[in-house]
Amino acid sequence: MNVKEIKNERTQLLNYLWEFQNAKGYISTADIRTLSRELEVSWIEIEGVISFYHFFKRKPTGKYSIYINSSIISKIKGGDKVKEAFEKELGVKLGETDPSGTFSFFETACIGLSEHEPAALINFMPFINLTPKKVANIIKHLKKGGKLEDIADKIEDYIRYKNDKGEAILFREYKEGEAIMNLIKKRPEEVIAEMKQSGLSGRGGAFFPTGMKWEFAKQSPSKQKYVICNADEGEPGTFKDRVLINQIPGLLIEGMITGGYAIGASKGIIYLRAEYRYLRKKLEDTIQHFYNIGLLGENILGKNFDFDLTIMQGAGAYVCGEETALIESLEGNRGGPRTKVYFPVEKGYLQKPTIVNNVETFCSAARIMELGSEFYSSKGTEKTKGTKLLSISGDCKKEGIYEIEWGITIQEMLDLCGAADINYIQFSGPSGNVLSKKDFNRKISGEDLVCGGSVMLFNNSRDVFDILTNLSNFFINESCGLCTPCRAGNYLIGKRLEKIRNNGATMEEIQEIKSWGQVLKDSSRCGLGKTSTNFITDAINKFPELFKKKALKNKEFDLSSALNDYYDYVKQN
Amino acid sequence: MEERIVNIKIDGKSFQAIEGQSLIEAAKNNGFYIPTLCHFKEIYPPLGTCRVCTVNINGKPDTACTRKVFDGMNVEVNTPDILDNRKAIVEMLFAEGNHYCPACAKSGDCELQLKGYEMGISATRFPHLFEERPRDFKSERIFMEHNRCIQCMRCVHEVKTNDGDRVFYFQNRGHNMLVGIDYEKEKKLTDQQVLDAANLCPVGCIIAKGKTIAKPMGTRRFDTNKNIKWIEGTDLDIEIPKDGKKKIVATTSLAGCFGCHMSLLDIDLGILDVLELVEFNKSPLTDIKKFTKQCDIGIIEGGVANSENFEVLREFRKKCDIIVAIGECSIWGGMPAMRNTIPLKDCLEEAYLNSISSENGEDIIPYHEDIPKLLDKVYSIQDIIKVDYYIPGCAPNADHIWQMIKNILFGTKQKVEYADFKYD
Repeated sequence: MNVKEIKNERTQLLNYLWEFQNAKGYISTADIRTLSRELEVSWIEIEGVISFYHFFKRKPTGKYSIYINSSIISKIKGGDKVKEAFEKELGVKLGETDPSGTFSFFETACIGLSEHEPAALINFMPFINLTPKKVANIIKHLKKGGKLEDIADKIEDYIRYKNDKGEAILFREYKEGEAIMNLIKKRPEEVIAEMKQSGLSGRGGAFFPTGMKWEFAKQSPSKQKYVICNADEGEPGTFKDRVLINQIPGLLIEGMITGGYAIGASKGIIYLRAEYRYLRKKLEDTIQHFYNIGLLGENILGKNFDFDLTIMQGAGAYVCGEETALIESLEGNRGGPRTKVYFPVEKGYLQKPTIVNNVETFCSAARIMELGSEFYSSKGTEKTKGTKLLSISGDCKKEGIYEIEWGITIQEMLDLCGAADINYIQFSGPSGNVLSKKDFNRKISGEDLVCGGSVMLFNNSRDVFDILTNLSNFFINESCGLCTPCRAGNYLIGKRLEKIRNNGATMEEIQEIKSWGQVLKDSSRCGLGKTSTNFITDAINKFPELFKKKALKNKEFDLSSALNDYYDYVKQN
Repeated sequence: MEERIVNIKIDGKSFQAIEGQSLIEAAKNNGFYIPTLCHFKEIYPPLGTCRVCTVNINGKPDTACTRKVFDGMNVEVNTPDILDNRKAIVEMLFAEGNHYCPACAKSGDCELQLKGYEMGISATRFPHLFEERPRDFKSERIFMEHNRCIQCMRCVHEVKTNDGDRVFYFQNRGHNMLVGIDYEKEKKLTDQQVLDAANLCPVGCIIAKGKTIAKPMGTRRFDTNKNIKWIEGTDLDIEIPKDGKKKIVATTSLAGCFGCHMSLLDIDLGILDVLELVEFNKSPLTDIKKFTKQCDIGIIEGGVANSENFEVLREFRKKCDIIVAIGECSIWGGMPAMRNTIPLKDCLEEAYLNSISSENGEDIIPYHEDIPKLLDKVYSIQDIIKVDYYIPGCAPNADHIWQMIKNILFGTKQKVEYADFKYD
């Protein structure tokens, strides 16, 4: 990128890094020098930001960067065979670039295409339902000099259930501008009252009451406030936000305008995960369209209300879905969560009052404006009103999106998606709960089981330890490292899990994990660490017979394997 | 703005504090101690990285450094759960890094060590990871020993050049995170700023080159500090029924230096009193090579580095009713475990082929079936057998050992003194 284009604005750092990364496949030492000089920050600081995000590379990569999904859903759908096929076709192992500099091959955490696994991104374009044969064809095409665009997959969104009797909220017909027309008839405090009455709560998975969050931000006297949309859908197994953005981007924008109007903010930012780069154009076009019809920009509909909307792209870090980490990332920093000395509604983006809401929350807010809070709150249960999108993947006939009304049972959900013979459900993502057959009569609701969106189903043929190891590795890789319990704890638990899996732990050592998990729950800095051990604690509680089979009766030490290195060496000499 | 006084409760006692003050400071002003590690009073907002100051606030766990006091705040600092939680976090740090206290310039002034002493941590519940981290000598005046870093963020946040540029910044993430140093910006620090950075580091990660070797850093503040409280809940409360018989003791040194045995002898004439009370069986002190009877207590010095250590240890577990691990080597590997981050092949080649004293062309690494076989790494004795008690130190001092053994043998209860509890 041209040095002249670089302004001394720290908030632009991620954009600049992307420019360098995209231009030549990596960020060179010279690039870092340039940025350090122009932004007037230490070289080590730029280096630190780069090394936080896994899509930024410091070493040259090939013309095509291939990222295969490492999630457990990919694995059960044959991801390992596809990985081998890539390695065979490219002649490189994971993490390597081929000698001609054409292809680099990497693994990455869930890319939000769970209903189409195994899937991969090549230069951030989606390739789905991969098989070894399809991989061979892709690589053949590219080696012959064929264009990537010509073979990238068009993604079909499977909206499987939305209650067609006019009861659907999100996936009903979208009428552009309806929400805004209703919005501007109200005063900001009326909008907030409406949100409160609707009972809407944060759809990203934390379920904080939206109306209350907006009210806190509104109360601040600050002139500058921000509305941020969290489109960093990183929870493995979820893809609902991807579908919302692809299907009804306008609804999201109207929701953000609603938020801006309510709290008195004139700027909005959509933090879009890098894995969804292929959605960016559509989103940008829709934003431009809203400017063209006067629903974005200055003096919207003559109501003396200005609202601008921009998109910022993440760079690969699950923790950036945590709202304060996301704000840090937007400011051009490492995406580490802040301490909760101040909440974003007090001091958020650039220390100004900020609301951060999930894509589904903003879309729901727009629908509440359109349909009224009474209609919205007539759906669902006492504690959780309205509807919820579930992204269902894994062992069932109909993977896809389900707009359910809160209150249905797990069994009803399984029936809807045609799942039989289910043994293990990872409910609400790796940070959620593990469910076994005993839980099938429980209700999906604030009173019983809440769900951020991810539902991963596994039948009796799946090895539970494959699932657990995959989830454990996910948290080890995605912990930001700022706090002791999450950084060290997840790693130590991973080691213990490995020991259990290799039949090397006693029951006492197995049970001990639960108390280690409690330390992470009580003491971690953010939600990532606090919830990162739910799965293992749940699994030990819900599948006791499985762990019993693995457990050693007495502590044993495997002397012969500890002597392997020695014998290997002395035999050679 | 007028300062508003609020009423708070800490462990059942009522205090008054200024509204909005941090809980850590409010507690301290009232003479109530909440242990912390990353906390540094000059830094605001607080770093909140180590999480050691986790307490219960109105029933919910949170860190004391990041919370402001409010009227009706009810804080629990020393419930059994919270104590154990706090201890676990400090143990994680010991297990995660490579902390060889006797070989560290900061020993005696190290805040991580201090937390260990305060909480009476003799052995960690987590297996030590022994993963090599880099050592960075490249800057002019600072040596970064990443093996000791606890990622507290103090230096990242506080150390800046006079132009306001950062010198330290986190690199990578998660388990691989470390603190990078900007070599160019480091040149812009004054000598005093370099020393300040070394002192700001709670552990021995930031070392000012030439300074700490010439003059040991500080005055070993934490050895004798009378203000430091021993925190309740140590491992040392033990009771064993008396039966009046002379107790039988066995001892051994595995992969250790015999320093713990030397320390045992440091009880001087006291050894004669000991002989009134106990009878030694297999032990280097008696030169009895084989067990002749079942023993009440087995004292193990040293970790497990080879197949012979392994066999001896297993024999001890069978022949002794109680096993006591004495010294850092037996507890977690200690100094011999420095080889744990190096492949065995490299260790052998360095020792037998490439060392300064090796002859040119040396190509023999001794091997015979009677020579004990080296394990891939040095193990703690708790990796191999069940251990009943731990006596930390390198070596533990004689009084500590004697008190502890006496307690164990005769069921008396006596607290080990703070000054006797050491890792170096």
